[in-house]
Amino acid sequence: MQDIMFYMFAALTIASAGVMVFSRSVIYSAVGLLFTFFGVAGIYVLLAADFVAVAQVMIYVGGILVLLLFGVMLSQRVTGVNMRTETLQTVPAAIVAVGVLFILFRVISKTEWLVKAKTTFEPTTAKLGTLLMTDYLIPFEIVSVLLLGALIGAAFIARKG
Amino acid sequence: MITSAILILLLPLVAFIIQIFVGKRLPRKGDWVSTGAMFAALALSVGIFIDAVAQYEPNNVLATATWDWINFGPVHVTFGFLIDNLTAFMLVVVTLVSSLVHLYSIGYMHGDPRYNRYFAYLSLFSFSMLGLVLVDNLFGIYIFWELVGLSSYLLIGFWFEKDSAANASKKAFITNRVGDVGMFAGIMILFSITGTFSFNEVFAAVADGHVGGTLLTVAGILLFFGAIGKSAQFPLHVWLPDAMEGPTPVSALIHAATMVAAGVYMVGRTFVLYTPDALLFIAYIGTITAFIAATIAIVQMDIKRVLAYSTISQLGYMMVGLGTGGYTAGLFHLTTHAFFKALLFLGSGSVIHAVHTQEMDEMGGLRKKMPITFWTFLIATLSISGVFPLSGFWSKDAILASALGFGMTHPAHMPIFVVLLLSAGVTAFYMFRIVFLTFTGEPRDKKKYDHAHESPLTMTIPLVVLAVLSVGTIWWGWVEHMLVKPELASYGSHVASAVEHAAEEHGVAHSAHTIAMFSSVVVATLGILLSAVVYFWRKISADAWAEKLKPIHTFLWNKYYFDELYAATIIRVTLFKSRLFAAFDLKIIDGIVNGTGRLTAAFSRLQGSIDLRGVDGAVNFVARFVGYLGSQLRGLQTGNIQAYIMMALFAVVLLFVFQQF
Amino acid sequence: MSVGLNHYLFLAAVLFVLGLYAVITKKNAVTVLMGIELILNAANINFVAFSRYTDTDMDGQVFAIFVIVTAAAAAAVALAIVLNLYERLKSINLDEADSLSG
Repeated sequence: MQDIMFYMFAALTIASAGVMVFSRSVIYSAVGLLFTFFGVAGIYVLLAADFVAVAQVMIYVGGILVLLLFGVMLSQRVTGVNMRTETLQTVPAAIVAVGVLFILFRVISKTEWLVKAKTTFEPTTAKLGTLLMTDYLIPFEIVSVLLLGALIGAAFIARKG
Repeated sequence: MITSAILILLLPLVAFIIQIFVGKRLPRKGDWVSTGAMFAALALSVGIFIDAVAQYEPNNVLATATWDWINFGPVHVTFGFLIDNLTAFMLVVVTLVSSLVHLYSIGYMHGDPRYNRYFAYLSLFSFSMLGLVLVDNLFGIYIFWELVGLSSYLLIGFWFEKDSAANASKKAFITNRVGDVGMFAGIMILFSITGTFSFNEVFAAVADGHVGGTLLTVAGILLFFGAIGKSAQFPLHVWLPDAMEGPTPVSALIHAATMVAAGVYMVGRTFVLYTPDALLFIAYIGTITAFIAATIAIVQMDIKRVLAYSTISQLGYMMVGLGTGGYTAGLFHLTTHAFFKALLFLGSGSVIHAVHTQEMDEMGGLRKKMPITFWTFLIATLSISGVFPLSGFWSKDAILASALGFGMTHPAHMPIFVVLLLSAGVTAFYMFRIVFLTFTGEPRDKKKYDHAHESPLTMTIPLVVLAVLSVGTIWWGWVEHMLVKPELASYGSHVASAVEHAAEEHGVAHSAHTIAMFSSVVVATLGILLSAVVYFWRKISADAWAEKLKPIHTFLWNKYYFDELYAATIIRVTLFKSRLFAAFDLKIIDGIVNGTGRLTAAFSRLQGSIDLRGVDGAVNFVARFVGYLGSQLRGLQTGNIQAYIMMALFAVVLLFVFQQF
Repeated sequence: MSVGLNHYLFLAAVLFVLGLYAVITKKNAVTVLMGIELILNAANINFVAFSRYTDTDMDGQVFAIFVIVTAAAAAAVALAIVLNLYERLKSINLDEADSLSG
């Protein structure tokens, strides 16, 4: 059951990512990305990371993707034929990409991973909250400051332009 | 007294400055400025002179004034005035002749395009000459000595458009320089030993025996070299006849009465410095000069040239007077000569002004046309010939007596007296030759004779004044009292041995006086008579005799070939040396320099090419290589981030591939 | 065969390469941003997968959360830059932003 679920989500993710990458329309890409995020969220669920999956859906789909679409809308005429993204250097890029993929596959398959599989599904939210407030307190605070800085900086840059 | 001395000195200087800068714009071109300044100076000088006479004491020092001039470390040079009887005499002589010449020049130079400059130069000369007379030290005398030379140069070459005048001025200047070098060396010898220039201090040092012996003799002879140049003595006399190219009043003032007497004055002023050996040297130089110049004067036809040689001859007399110990005689002759020679020159100037020629060939019979000029000229001629009772008689007689006395004390030196006596006769002969040729007989050039007329009043007044002064009875006696030969002992703390010697000479001179007087009168009369026979009554043909004595005549006509001798020896040697040095400079030194230059240039070119081809080549090659690489690699720098990312990934892939296989 | 760690890693690798390809080839700046998000997601899958299949407890998930947060911040800033770029060049094509070209 879990295996079928994995292949389904994997297929959804890769297919929609493929649409996103190879589509010539920015809107199509955005839609492809939306489904990719959902697929990845499904994968997280299969990996027993319920909080991360929810955060993925909320932040990526509800935040980042909307942000990206705003960018598209603000910078391009929605109704025009210009809503296209052109590509360049596709052939060398494909060669490099395939090369990298080959390297990754080779590394992954050759490595002897110290696998210690957990089989239980437990809620992770409380644990994550404890970890963030204990072991990862400083990164947590830094990230909040980073978010504040990004907020102000983004607003400043956008307004100035 | 010092105030009037300074005024005397400053008046002509101020006149000079005014004349040279604004003279042209003044009414009458400012001749009255210079002349007025000179007459004012004359008045002041007479004031000083009256003071001197009133005190009537031998070698009386009337006033001195000294200021610090240069003062660094051990060298301490003062500048000051010294007014004694000698100075008072010279002041009057200089200012009197100078102011008369100024007055005369107003008429003579009338209408000259550089009228104001002429008066400026005259003032400059007067300033220099008065300074020369007034200063109390050797250095000051040297400065004014050179200033006198400068103004002489300017005035001889006043009509510099004429080549002969320009050359004459250069000749005078250069010839004087030869003597001045010796004088400067003499002054420096004295200064290096005594450390002072002041007359009194130098004399005191000599009297105390700090300087003496051969060194003092050498110093004295070197000092006398200056006088040889300036007073046109034997080896350096050649410039004075040529100096007659200047305006005639200038000849009268500078080249007869005052400047050439500066040498005599200088020797008189420093008289106590001369050792017996140095005095002997002076006496012989004077004798040779007197004789040579007198004989040359016989045959010259240019009236001013004859007078010039006469001047040289008379200066020789003065030197003999000083050299044989006749201090008073020499300086007295200087005074009387200044007046009658100025008179002669001004008279000749008057004649030249009338007939516009200097050649006696073209004159004759001018007595009736120019009575004042003739009579005054005649008085001067009688005076220079030594006819009683004119001034020349007294002074020349004193010199002859001094020479005879010297000869009697030292029989070996008797020829001095004999030669002088002979020269006196010759002097009388050639002077009357001038008178006869110019004023008597038939006019040889009718046209010029008809043109002739008596000169204007400004020119005749000075003639008359000078003629009065040439009547010398008014001079003798008290001059002898006022200008007594100074004794070295009076300057030093202990008695010098020379005093006895001098006193002995003095005694002999007295006994020699009668002989000298008679012989000089006899000789003068003989000379005049001979002259009259030849040129007045024409019993003997001068031309016939000249033909008979052709070699001598030619020899004299060519002035003993002095100019040719100098041209053949000194000048040629100098030119040869100059050419040699020039060639040496050109060929060897320039050769070395040029060779070095060329070598350096070649080396530099080599280095340059190495630099260009080698070093620059390497540098340029590196630069070009890098530039080439850059131009090739710049294609990679697209500015496109995505291209960079791809390249980085490509490198990662390559790395992995290399690592794995 | 049962789904194990390697399957997740392979999935992440494919996702990563797809993102990489988008980043390299797309002219449109927004699409490039999308590619970056793909890469980050690939990395997140790895983090969570390692968290599940190794002895590292929850640390991977914490990292994943940090990455998500950072990605949000990056997206915000990047979008501001894109807007700025558009103001200047009237285009968001990256090949036109090449003033550093040699």
